[in-house]
Amino acid sequence: MEAGVNLGRRNALKTGGGLGLFGLLTVAGLIRPEIASADWLKAAFEAKTVGEALDAMGALVPESSSAIRLTTPEIAENGAVVPITVESSLSRTEQIFILVDKNPTMLVASFVIPEGTEGYLTTRIKMAQTASVIALVKVNGKFYRASREVQVTAGGC
Amino acid sequence: MTSPTKIRASVKDGVTEVRVLMQHEMENGRRKDEVGSLIPAWYITEIKAQHNGKIVLEGRFGTAVSKNPYLVFRFRGGAVGDKITLSWLDNLGETRSDEGAIS
Repeated sequence: MEAGVNLGRRNALKTGGGLGLFGLLTVAGLIRPEIASADWLKAAFEAKTVGEALDAMGALVPESSSAIRLTTPEIAENGAVVPITVESSLSRTEQIFILVDKNPTMLVASFVIPEGTEGYLTTRIKMAQTASVIALVKVNGKFYRASREVQVTAGGC
Repeated sequence: MTSPTKIRASVKDGVTEVRVLMQHEMENGRRKDEVGSLIPAWYITEIKAQHNGKIVLEGRFGTAVSKNPYLVFRFRGGAVGDKITLSWLDNLGETRSDEGAIS
């Protein structure tokens, strides 16, 4: 019985360690996001800090842009349901990312915006505590950002 | 067992606004039940929206999208009666695809 439990734990550690290492390598730039292909997004979703998430996405220096309008409540009484809207008037918005800097995992969602679809999204997200909601918009391979702080009364992550 | 996604779409001035409400628990894998054991992660990882078969939005979700994910997006074009399809895939490999029409 004891052995079985230990084995399970070892395996869990091994698997966890493997993912962590891959993420680290990607973040450290040892594996280029291009080579890691679809796994870069996986790394971004596992990132525990905004820096890690940005690195995994290849978004090194996102510029703040007034062309992105991020609408959030100032105070969210229920962190389990925080409505947010991202509106980008940047021409040919290719992708939209939503991050929360103090959540256990930063990256909430990523969207691919095909030609013909507007740079507009409304959704509801979970927030663990008072934090900044960050919207990243990718245009022509470059990232732009907008962020807003939301006071969370009761965390819901 | 999954429940149908609610899809509402309307066209105004050449732009179609689509509102979808997916039915999903979106468990993040960190919550505990009454007896203190972890509730396993169960959440939607990918979504895809199509207008008459053409992709109009693709998304990836982490665990911080609220329970019963809600989305509003807009695309140019669309006419009354056109078909809107919303499909999702969750981390357990379950998929679901539902249809609505622009009204």
